[in-house]
Amino acid sequence: MAFQILLNVLMACLWMFFESSVTLSTFIIGYLLGLLIIFMMRRFFSSRLYIYRVFAVVWLVLLFLKELFLSNLAVLKVVLNPKLTIRPGIFALETKLESDWEITLLANLITLTPGTLVVDLSKDNKTLYIHAMDIEDADEAVESIKLSFEKAIMEVSRSC
Amino acid sequence: MSAVAEWTIVICILIGTFLSIVAAFGVLKLPDVYTRNHAASKSTTLGVLLTLLGTLIYFYATDGEFNARIVLGIVFIFITAPVAGHLISRAAYHTGVELSERSVQDDLSQKK
Repeated sequence: MAFQILLNVLMACLWMFFESSVTLSTFIIGYLLGLLIIFMMRRFFSSRLYIYRVFAVVWLVLLFLKELFLSNLAVLKVVLNPKLTIRPGIFALETKLESDWEITLLANLITLTPGTLVVDLSKDNKTLYIHAMDIEDADEAVESIKLSFEKAIMEVSRSC
Repeated sequence: MSAVAEWTIVICILIGTFLSIVAAFGVLKLPDVYTRNHAASKSTTLGVLLTLLGTLIYFYATDGEFNARIVLGIVFIFITAPVAGHLISRAAYHTGVELSERSVQDDLSQKK
């Protein structure tokens, strides 16, 4: 992926030399043309076209922001409710993710999800222990959200 | 300053302040360390984030000055706040702080 970006920047610089004008607009035009060339030559690269991964990262950031808003609403509801009806608890969640940065990202994402907070990670990096604010309605809904997060993170990390 | 910018600033800063107040109430009201951590780590993240965003827009609208340091501050808070919340609750659990008596489930206690 890094190689493709570097190649694209190099092609943009080449375009600036062709035009013999070193300005930002020439660079952008050259970059877009380079992107087109890389897109046409995509069968010669071993990894995916990098633009897909960039989109996946943007998607993940948007997901982060959305979850942050939703979790604040959930906390607001619990705090401003005059009666304290929550039933907290800690549950375990198996994860398929392997590398360290993926698990860190997942843990951060879970912490910003409505009503959940990561307490611990098992030694073999397989299980996340999550404290839920309200374990009854959390259990199922959270499980499905986790799957979508895991998928979004895999979308970023997948190389082929 | 246009009306749209004015309203955006006002709404951002008021909501940010409101969320910080709610977080403070949450810390007072909720029963144990872990649930308090929920309130503190989430509401303050968004509260500080919105307040900083309001400041950014204010200085851009009045002086036409885009302060990149505020953007950096937003990004850093966004990255570090959940990690801090996680570390506090983890440290609490490993020093043996009890869950509140409302708790119904504790999978971590069966961990080998």
